[in-house]
Amino acid sequence: MSVQDTTDILDRLAGVVPGSALDALRRERPQTRDNVQASYAALFEAPDETGVTPSERLAVASFVALLHGGVPVAAHYLDLLEAHPDGAALAAAIRNQARQAAGSGPYGAYPPGPLSREDVAGPVFAVEGADRAALGERLSAALAHAHRLVLHPRDAAAADLAALQTAGWSTAAIVTLSQLVAYLAFQIRAAHGLRVLAA
Amino acid sequence: MSDITLERPAATAPNAFTQAELGWEAWIDPVPEAALTERQKEGLVDIARAKSAYFRLLAHDPDILRARTLADKDIFYNSRAGLPRAERELAAAAVSRSNGCIYCASVHARFASTFSKRRDDVQRLLDEGTGVDIDPLWNAVIEASVALTATPIAFGPEHVRKLRDLGLDDLAIADLIHAASFFNWANRLMLSLGEPETQA
Repeated sequence: MSVQDTTDILDRLAGVVPGSALDALRRERPQTRDNVQASYAALFEAPDETGVTPSERLAVASFVALLHGGVPVAAHYLDLLEAHPDGAALAAAIRNQARQAAGSGPYGAYPPGPLSREDVAGPVFAVEGADRAALGERLSAALAHAHRLVLHPRDAAAADLAALQTAGWSTAAIVTLSQLVAYLAFQIRAAHGLRVLAA
Repeated sequence: MSDITLERPAATAPNAFTQAELGWEAWIDPVPEAALTERQKEGLVDIARAKSAYFRLLAHDPDILRARTLADKDIFYNSRAGLPRAERELAAAAVSRSNGCIYCASVHARFASTFSKRRDDVQRLLDEGTGVDIDPLWNAVIEASVALTATPIAFGPEHVRKLRDLGLDDLAIADLIHAASFFNWANRLMLSLGEPETQA
């Protein structure tokens, strides 16, 4: 048995081999294991009901994974994206943007007050140049949102959601987009942590 | 001289970490309680959550809400072996302190205080930050949680070794990895879809 024999996404990303000690450990928490998988299925395998297309989901997921520098996770989403019609061009633009957007987090500012001394300045990302045309306004706005959530979530403000709405994102689509970025932040860390634990 | 106003002051955003109960206001429209579909109610899992603007906002996409909620409940409430609940909540509070989620930190610092009976130690995490020196086990739980929260992720074999040396078995360490990782999910939703408000 090898890691290729499992259909569980976190097992695949964490390199959990069926029958291994880590496999047994994950099966000690079946409700967690099943619902981490169900979360992935809801975001990436179920028919879209909130107006976020499959290629948009995979493009954002690829960008989020690349921002984390996680090779196995980024490869998973980029491979799926590239299998879509127009996916190869999107993946190229995503790779290029992620290279420019990479950084260290979490940074950001607190509401003015005693925590202001802990404020850490950092870049606010926007897609520019030829990639903005390749990705379009809608996906470019989503990547700006994703970058903020990944690297400086405490900077989030109501105006950011207004910007998404202006770019064509409905309320339900914003919820899906935010869940997707936030789920990836979980999935990438859980996969990394379990991989370290098993080493 | 002006009349004394009898209006309540406008809700204000808290600017410090606290264990007090905070409110949370959505920036975009939650599903109205009376309009929740059966599927959205299933997404809430616990129907009492229909009173919460946060969960009614997430109910716009009910299937991911349901799976998220069931994972959350097991990661934090399944007390069969593994990491004690106090340390799971401590991990959630430490991640929230690191990311800067004042609302999440308030809820999970309270839970950590309830389960550990060490309210003053929990308050030191909030007041002094994640570099606080409490005791070897809590320091190690906080360090591992913060390392998992960093981007790029800074969690490595040295964290696992320290936790094992302090007596945690691999199931407990896996529980810690799940709790800290899960709050990197939760913080990003709470921080990006609305904001906390001080209760009147």
